[in-house]
Amino acid sequence: MRYVLRRLGFFVLTLWVALTLNFLLPRLMPGNPALAMLAKFHGELGPGGLNALETLFGVNTHQSLLQQYFGYLHDVFTGNFGISLSEYPATVTSVIGSAIWWTVGLVGVTTVLAFLLGTGLGIVSAWRRGGKLDSIVPPVFVITSAIPYFWVAMVLVLVFGITLHWFPSQGGYYVTTDTPGLNLTFFQDVINHAFLPALALLITTIGTWILTMRNTMITTLAEDYVRMARAKGLPGRRIMLDYAARNAILPNLVGFAMSLGFVVSGAILIEYVFNYPGVGYMLLQAVSGEDYPLMQALFLLITVAVLVAILAADLLTALLDPRTRAAR
Amino acid sequence: MAMPVSGVPTKTRAAQIPAGHALARVGRAIRSSRKAATGTVLLVIFILVALFPGVIAHDSPTQDAYPPRLGPSSAHLLGTNSYGQDLFAQVIWGTRNVLIIAFTVGLLTTGIAVLIGVAAAYLGGGWDGTLSVVTDVLLVIPLFPLLIVIAAYAQGESTIVLITAITLTSWSYTARQLRSQALTLRNRDFLEAARVRGERKIYVIVMEVIPTMTSLIVASFLTNALYAVLLSSSLQFIGLGDPNTVSWGTTLYWAQNNAALQTGEPLWAIAPGFCIALLGAAFALLNYAFDEIGNPALRPVRRSKRVRGA
Repeated sequence: MRYVLRRLGFFVLTLWVALTLNFLLPRLMPGNPALAMLAKFHGELGPGGLNALETLFGVNTHQSLLQQYFGYLHDVFTGNFGISLSEYPATVTSVIGSAIWWTVGLVGVTTVLAFLLGTGLGIVSAWRRGGKLDSIVPPVFVITSAIPYFWVAMVLVLVFGITLHWFPSQGGYYVTTDTPGLNLTFFQDVINHAFLPALALLITTIGTWILTMRNTMITTLAEDYVRMARAKGLPGRRIMLDYAARNAILPNLVGFAMSLGFVVSGAILIEYVFNYPGVGYMLLQAVSGEDYPLMQALFLLITVAVLVAILAADLLTALLDPRTRAAR
Repeated sequence: MAMPVSGVPTKTRAAQIPAGHALARVGRAIRSSRKAATGTVLLVIFILVALFPGVIAHDSPTQDAYPPRLGPSSAHLLGTNSYGQDLFAQVIWGTRNVLIIAFTVGLLTTGIAVLIGVAAAYLGGGWDGTLSVVTDVLLVIPLFPLLIVIAAYAQGESTIVLITAITLTSWSYTARQLRSQALTLRNRDFLEAARVRGERKIYVIVMEVIPTMTSLIVASFLTNALYAVLLSSSLQFIGLGDPNTVSWGTTLYWAQNNAALQTGEPLWAIAPGFCIALLGAAFALLNYAFDEIGNPALRPVRRSKRVRGA
């Protein structure tokens, strides 16, 4: 119980730090980026929009920093993130709402796939230690860990999108010929477009799952109860899955809980290369269009997702591993 | 790259090796391991290229001196881009920027991490509490989005801004590792002896504690340098670096901006990306080999059980 409380406390603390960073960064940066942005949008926004911006960044208001800070916290907790400048006059919340499902769909599904596939490969690789799979996998992933994600994405675009024409390599669906709706054509279209970005993600994330599973499993295989199972003459499959893998999977499960939090931010560059209409692409659009309200809200969303996932992972550890509860 | 800690095996090192031995070990490691040798050769080549780019590439990387969109030829090994710049020259001259960033960030982050991690462990009590909380908080805030936001606000994009931002945000992982290692040392006899001799705390930390952790510090430097390469290239690629510097990330940025892949100039994007991957691989290989050799306890079965949390 003390452990759970401590993790909850840490969650609240990090959340507060993230909120405060978000508030302070534009105010502390040299050259006042908010002023520059306001000047840029001066002609384009109505007085209402301008006013909202000035409040958001504490320009031309006669409030002390502390008053601004509490105003900001109040806004965040009431879900008021202001107005997007690039999609003016839509609110930031509605703009994000339109993008988030693309990301959750693409990255979420791929994360689950990578976890299942990677864990499976890790189990087999450790079980047949020194075998073919096991001698190929670790060195390959030492190399892939050093390759920039976005470059993998670019190579896939070049090979499968442009040279071979197997899959579309830009966007989430054919914007010109297809209209979003609940029908089979649109569904197929979306799957087709998601294939290459998903493959890029899979290639770049699966290594961690394989290596973690393999390494924990190797440790587990050396345990006495596994030897005992062998001595009893149990079938290999049963030892591998029920005795070794079941006990070795904890780090991977915890990692999985955490990686769900990275779904939102995990594919920023991959979405960028594929012009995929998700949250990561939107963040970069917001940055290049100096849409600071949208950028701030996206950063908060990403951070909160990660923090919640870490909390979930901690609680999962406490739930599944009695040693954690005893140790704290 | 939201940096979900990559495929490089994470280490919980236990061996404590005196400084001189550790350095000798590095030398032996390089001679005895193919991975280490490959990594070293690659890195040395990159360093030489960064020092003397003019010897290899005779063209200027920035001059729009040639007809645009030439294919590869003996005069232009990688052809020219849409602006008529020689791509081979861009790749060669671009090595310098990324290596400067890699080594500066690697040294600075490792330095900060050593100070904070070791101080937290050795001083203990309130100091440890405060420093650990700061480290842990920074550790869980998603690094790449944070860097994007900082770079976006920083406006005057430059290499200095990149280096500062990456350094300030990415020392926490190393600090946490070093703290755990230093904690295992705290009650050792040789530190007790120093205390009894009446040495000052700062002397004990610098002269007694840090040298015993050389192998972990070197490995951390390699990891941090690798991340610096990936992070800075990524930021430059999305246009958050200085678009006028000559670097691999910037070349990629202009390639993406001009839809190089779609318009039949694939080398513009593929070549610099390949170099990033190769340099990254050099650091990763060195790290991996060093990990295996510098720490025999990890080598056989019991490797890399990732310790997370708290």
